[in-house]
Amino acid sequence: MTPSTLMLLALLLPLLAVGPILLAGRYPNLREAVSLGAGALLIAVVLGLRSQLADGVVPVLNFGEMLPGLTLRLELEPLGMLFALVAAGLWPVTILYAIGYMRGHHEKNQTRFYAFFAIAIAAAMGIALSGNMLTLFVFYEVLTICTFPLVTHAGTPEAKRAGRTYLGILIGTSIGLQLLAIIATWALAGTLDFAPGGILAGKVSGPLVGVLFALYVFGIGKAALMPFHRWLPAAMVAPTPVSALLHAVAVVKAGVFTVLKVTLYIFGIDLLAENAAADWLVWAAGFTIVAASVVALSKDNLKARLAYSTISQLSYVLLGAAILAPLSVMGAAIHIAAHALGKITLFFAAGAVMVASHKTEISQMAGIGRKMPWTMGAFAIGALSMIGLPPTAGFVSKWYVLSGALQSQQMVAVAVVTLSTLLNAAYFLPIIHSAFFGRAGDDHDHHHDHGEAPLPSVLALCVTAAGTIVLFVLPDQVLALAGALLGRNP
Amino acid sequence: MSAPLEHLPALAVVVPLMTAPVIVALRRPWAAWLLACGVSWASLFFSVLLLLQVLESGPFSYLMGGWAAPWGIEYRVDQLDAFVLAIVSAIASVVSVYSRKSVEAEIDSERHYLFYAMFVLCLCGLLGMAITGDAFNLFVFLEISSLSTYVLVGMGRDRRALTASLRYLILGTVGATFYVIGIGLAYMMTGTLNMADLAQRLPAMAHTSTVRAALAFLVVGIGLKMAAFPLHAWLPNAYTHAPSAAAALLAGTATKVSVYVFLRIVLGVFGATGLLTALPITQVLMVLALAAMFVCSAVAIWQPDLKRALAYSSVAQIGYILLGIAFLSETGLAAGIVHLFNHAVMKSALFLALGAVALRVGSTRIDAIRGIGRKMPLTMAAVLVAGLSLIGVPLTVGFVSKWYLVEAALTGGMWPVAVLILASSLLAVAYVWRIVEAAWMAPPGPELAHIREAPTAMVLSTWVLAGASVWFGLDATQTMGVARLAAQTLLQGVAP
Amino acid sequence: MEVPGLFNYWMAIILMMAGLYTVIARGNLVKKLVGLGVFQISVFVLYITMGKIKDGTAPILPAGPVDGVVFSNPLPHVLILTAIVVGIATTALGLALVVRIHEAFGTIEEDDIQDIEENEA
Repeated sequence: MTPSTLMLLALLLPLLAVGPILLAGRYPNLREAVSLGAGALLIAVVLGLRSQLADGVVPVLNFGEMLPGLTLRLELEPLGMLFALVAAGLWPVTILYAIGYMRGHHEKNQTRFYAFFAIAIAAAMGIALSGNMLTLFVFYEVLTICTFPLVTHAGTPEAKRAGRTYLGILIGTSIGLQLLAIIATWALAGTLDFAPGGILAGKVSGPLVGVLFALYVFGIGKAALMPFHRWLPAAMVAPTPVSALLHAVAVVKAGVFTVLKVTLYIFGIDLLAENAAADWLVWAAGFTIVAASVVALSKDNLKARLAYSTISQLSYVLLGAAILAPLSVMGAAIHIAAHALGKITLFFAAGAVMVASHKTEISQMAGIGRKMPWTMGAFAIGALSMIGLPPTAGFVSKWYVLSGALQSQQMVAVAVVTLSTLLNAAYFLPIIHSAFFGRAGDDHDHHHDHGEAPLPSVLALCVTAAGTIVLFVLPDQVLALAGALLGRNP
Repeated sequence: MSAPLEHLPALAVVVPLMTAPVIVALRRPWAAWLLACGVSWASLFFSVLLLLQVLESGPFSYLMGGWAAPWGIEYRVDQLDAFVLAIVSAIASVVSVYSRKSVEAEIDSERHYLFYAMFVLCLCGLLGMAITGDAFNLFVFLEISSLSTYVLVGMGRDRRALTASLRYLILGTVGATFYVIGIGLAYMMTGTLNMADLAQRLPAMAHTSTVRAALAFLVVGIGLKMAAFPLHAWLPNAYTHAPSAAAALLAGTATKVSVYVFLRIVLGVFGATGLLTALPITQVLMVLALAAMFVCSAVAIWQPDLKRALAYSSVAQIGYILLGIAFLSETGLAAGIVHLFNHAVMKSALFLALGAVALRVGSTRIDAIRGIGRKMPLTMAAVLVAGLSLIGVPLTVGFVSKWYLVEAALTGGMWPVAVLILASSLLAVAYVWRIVEAAWMAPPGPELAHIREAPTAMVLSTWVLAGASVWFGLDATQTMGVARLAAQTLLQGVAP
Repeated sequence: MEVPGLFNYWMAIILMMAGLYTVIARGNLVKKLVGLGVFQISVFVLYITMGKIKDGTAPILPAGPVDGVVFSNPLPHVLILTAIVVGIATTALGLALVVRIHEAFGTIEEDDIQDIEENEA
């Protein structure tokens, strides 16, 4: 199979799964088997792409012109590879988890759920493999729209309100700011193809670079940089598998991934550094990191706390990009994978607790670790990764970001990372402590006799927790990809 | 070229004109419908042939009755004419297929033949406006299409259709009369009514106040016909109360052809005089266009009746087209022209879908259609697709228009305008999403229990247009290519 | 009789304004249509005036020699013939609508109709 066919397959596989999923709607086992099968195949395809890339092949696929002079095209590069690996790798795991969760929770319209889930993955693949900004934007919007039914899955007035926030902010920023930046780039550079070193270099200079960069960064609402972060907590009304894969991995990572792409391939690090165009982002990302952590501290609802933690962690990636040092950019890339594994574990655990004990508030969870040791054990590993302690993946990425910050004497960034580590510890460690050592209060609910969550769910969260540790012990693959990224952008 | 093809420009207009009396004579509803369909598709065939011919060998002229221009009436076909002809006849073809069930439900059977006769006459007028190269002949076609439109609007079920029609008649006649005054003044100075001839002779007289007055009368007159903000008062009621099929036809074609007339007369004929830049016409146009985009989009958000919301949205969308024209640059003009097509496709799709809803539910009020998505999934999915296009989501035609409008604003150095264009599309998110939420995110009430999906012919025609709004969004090279050529041709005659 | 200078044009303007004013200011739908008619007729006057050439005669070929004969411009007359037809059609349609409105609403006063419509909405 040629590399470009492989790339097309990565995009089409999840879409092709939609038909069978809908057809098998009446037979849940068959339906989920289709999803899992498609997921496994997708992993195989993406791994195939990985080996192609390792051999030095750069697959390119042109779909033809959408607008005169502007093609829709796919092109594989290391950063996209990394994102594709993360999204594809976690899809079947999430399906596995969802089997336990959706059935355990007696959710309605499960067929619709799996179908839109597959479309969302296809959109994420499209984002990862995009060869130019137009293609990326197209898939970015597709991702927003096809996740809307997932966010509003419950159909309650609350879900409807959340859906409005979700759509309003994501569409608003992308059309109002990002599209403007893209068209301006097109008008200035005459191309939108991603190119190492950037396409705007030599075309613009001065404050305009900063303005354009700001339009991009704020326009990519999925990166959840404050003040455009409200959609993420709102999206927590979705079923937990959605929160886990989409709002900890696919959607939010698509956001920071796009920012990294823009930084590296549209502007180029040099252009940004020359015009001091990213300095403000150090402050903005730093503020988001600290402020979101503080908000997270005040949340008693576990999913809400995780959501704010995500906002804060996403800004690590932005911070890594804004520092503009090679090491920190590497760290940012690694953090995409590291945070994905850690945060999906945390969400899985939160959902598992919800299914098993119907508890959503942290204050109710004292002593729960003794009833659900696997779940809360995995939760602990995920939390360690968020804080950035060994032996977890979070340590690796934080190390690189910090090294880059020190190297380029960005003391603000160093201070932010240090402070946020403390804050992360402050909002995660008490949960773990009370889960394992706390005394279960007399909370008048009659689910005291619950045990672990359904087996598929527990299995899934153990896999991702193990992944978090594996990424620490064997980071070669990810480091290689991140290194290759810099090899293209010395 | 074989002999019949030589007369294509005449055929495109004469065939519908001759069919109207035949329909009246036949009287039978099904025969009337069949003829209307046949004529629409025939004119689509003629238009496509004309378009291909223009793209292949460039603009050409046809002399009515063999009388040489400028004395005889010249039919001049360039890229813009052919493009507009194709738009109008394509929309009419789709609507004609759709109209059968809709008309059966909304109009007494003894008046069906009148509806189809007017439909065909309206088509004739619109095509004639697009194809003629004679300014007074254009007025005649304008009145043919307008008079038949008044009748079409007045045939609505609701008695408010009558008042809407009369109001449209009064304002439309005022507009058309303004147009005649403008043409008369221009004729007074030049002694010709042929557009090409006028364009050549006017620059020498550009300094006279007669020519300036002519331009003013023409701008206001055509502005009334194309519902340019703030001259749009007739439009919302007319679209709301017209029979569904007529509303879809009008939404897709009537204002579009008027915009074409604006392009042809104001840019094509008066472009060379330099008055467009000497007088603050483009600035005023730009401000009004922006006002339309914001005011009418905002008004659309609060309308309880969806047809009315879409009618206001139409006024806003005309704003986008006029904004593109106001840039007076190739990209801007091309964006405006391509939006003629794009908006025709998506807005007609929406009106067709609402017509299907009206047929099944009996109302298009937002509180009457809660949960309708479960009952009429195909129709409402078309609404979703066309609605996304209205917002300007990528992979739809709306995105293409918006892209080039913003590009034109940026290359013209007008950052704030670019920002405003995109900001106004956020208002579209509000009024489209309101429909989507009502249709899909509520359980259907008991009064919708027996609602079925619309008849196949209606669903199919709706989806032809909804599909087109995706198809031409996926690959806009064709439409944009034609629009750009048309813009180039137009701009050749415009003094810098 | 010698018509002074721009008399016809002034008349056209006066008719035009009177017509427009009637259309805008009168609430009675029939009066509105009358105004519309006057407005249209003002344009007829305008066109016919511009076709008139001083000392021009009707554009009919005389039996004798043509040299030195000045003809009026016949084209505006022809145009206005068309416009008159359009005007009649418009007025007829408008009056037909008014009749239907009277049947449907029981009144042809714009304000009353508006009240009825607002109550319905």
